[in-house]
Amino acid sequence: MSRVLVGVKRVIDYAVKVRVKPDHSGVVTDGVKHSMNPFCEIAVEEAVKLKEKKLFKEVVAVSCGPAQATETIRTALAMGCDRGIHVEVTGKDYESLGPLQVSKIFAALAKKEEASLVILGKQAIDDDCNQTGQMTAALLDWPQGTFASEVEIEGDKVKVVREIDGGLETIKINMPAVVTADLRLNTPRYATLPNIMKAKKKKIANMKPADLGVDIVSRLEVLRVDEPPTRLAGVKVETVDDLVAKLKESGTI
Amino acid sequence: PFASFLLFSPGPLPEMHQMMRQTCRDYADRELAPIAGKLDKEHLFPAQQVHELGSMGVMAVEVPEELGGAGMDYLAYALAVEEISRGCGSTGCVVSVNNSLYIGPILKFGTQEQKEQWITPFTTGEKVGCFALSEPGNGSDAGAASTSARQEGDEWVLNGTKAWITNSWDASAVVVFASTDKSLKHKGISAFLVPMPHPGLSLGKKEDKLGIRATSTANIILDDCRIPLGNMLGSPGAGFKIAMQTLDSGRIGIASQALGIAQAALDCAADYAHKRTAFGAPIGKLQAVQFKLADMAVAVESARLLTWKAAMLKDAKKPFTKEAAMAKLAASEAATFCSHQSIQVLGGMGYVTDMPAERHYRDARITEIYEGTSEIQRLVIAGQLLKENAP
Repeated sequence: MSRVLVGVKRVIDYAVKVRVKPDHSGVVTDGVKHSMNPFCEIAVEEAVKLKEKKLFKEVVAVSCGPAQATETIRTALAMGCDRGIHVEVTGKDYESLGPLQVSKIFAALAKKEEASLVILGKQAIDDDCNQTGQMTAALLDWPQGTFASEVEIEGDKVKVVREIDGGLETIKINMPAVVTADLRLNTPRYATLPNIMKAKKKKIANMKPADLGVDIVSRLEVLRVDEPPTRLAGVKVETVDDLVAKLKESGTI
Repeated sequence: PFASFLLFSPGPLPEMHQMMRQTCRDYADRELAPIAGKLDKEHLFPAQQVHELGSMGVMAVEVPEELGGAGMDYLAYALAVEEISRGCGSTGCVVSVNNSLYIGPILKFGTQEQKEQWITPFTTGEKVGCFALSEPGNGSDAGAASTSARQEGDEWVLNGTKAWITNSWDASAVVVFASTDKSLKHKGISAFLVPMPHPGLSLGKKEDKLGIRATSTANIILDDCRIPLGNMLGSPGAGFKIAMQTLDSGRIGIASQALGIAQAALDCAADYAHKRTAFGAPIGKLQAVQFKLADMAVAVESARLLTWKAAMLKDAKKPFTKEAAMAKLAASEAATFCSHQSIQVLGGMGYVTDMPAERHYRDARITEIYEGTSEIQRLVIAGQLLKENAP
């Protein structure tokens, strides 16, 4: 019951206006501001809080990607994680890296690091997949508490309050387990200047997926990326009958 | 050394500086920018924000960790002040005064005991300090200080009035400059540490300022104010030198504050240029607007490079007096220029409080005046140049 693994993903910053590449193969990432996925920030904050409550001894931050992924790990270290692991994936492999491969990597690391808890953001704001946490748990055959708005450790179990469509669901799962962080779980701390200085000395281990015995070949091929259609102005109608007529006319009903 | 890259490497800032800059920018965007208008309108000291910035290490950037600071370098400090000021010019001023003018001289000239007593409690944001050099009778003419200090037994007794003291109403201590021997002129001035509040020290009314209204500015009146002998900072007669060296560094802080205000004004104008349409297109398409934005960008970026150069020279322990004066001059004039042009780009919207442009205009103006007027900066620069060029 000593180690928490936290996944952190480097994504295009939430405030940036994303543009599709002229060849429609993807979005423009060169020269665009990137930062830690907001849900990953919340995951890091929760892990660090649990360690500060002395419920765990060590928090390890993991990121999969090219060299720049270490910046994201360094931010996690500045927020209080103890060490980092950079799983290096570059070029075309990185472009085709998705939840299935990442969850295989996390599953392998969770076993290797003997983690009691894996905390991830519920989804990344670039692909909105909301799959990695669930797949990681399935590959490990571990219980999962997803969309967590509250996490409490009770002995060797985790109580998770989940935000679901109907309201809130409280479950209790055995550790080791996977938890994914939702928006209201906590408010992530700002990296303080002294912690940024301390982060300099913390270690980031470097490895490749092959070192973990993970095959990252993608089974998916992106055919084309387009911007959503420009939103057209709406039409105002006078009466309910007019509305029904318009809806029938457009084939909606 | 912390900043171990070459002066003016063409690459990006070192990773730690980038992270530090980002955390300050995040804080300024989320916590300061949304309330800056209210702080200005209601003349509110941002006590909670100062506290939070203290816990982030921003109130004592250069102070070593053992004393409670962040243990970073002056370049990091300059970056921090710029980002904070971009969110709120007043808060940037509080950060700058605490770091450069109050903590600065104690860190440089204080004994270990003085550092522990007068710096450590001022690193957390719970307490801020201030710096009292100017008087009603002399601002630029700092050598003519008439505030006096006489020794009586095991105490110094201070008498006189200091003017224009930023943070005065919110401070818990002040570095005061007073003369122990007027016949020695500026060589008779010494620096003293006085806690606030303290018997014999009172505050004048808060000045009603054009800008940086969330900071308090007032006279400090010393009337037989008694302090222990151990409260002298540095050696007797070193006060003028301490003040001048403190202001050298302080100028980098004010330059950074001015940069933050200038950048905020530029961002405001550039954003408006995208959104406001006239003659059938966004006004950003008009050359008149484009030329203004370009001039603003050049003014800010060149002042920023001067500021960084001065900070890096200081960190490398090289002389930086001339560069610091150039930075302060360039950045403050960039702030007034950019905020003026920003209002012009916004037109009528620039004149009302709905947009922050008018607040940037008012906040910018003081940067050409305090910590050495633009005229004094020109004298400093010319003095250094002529010294370098002497036959």
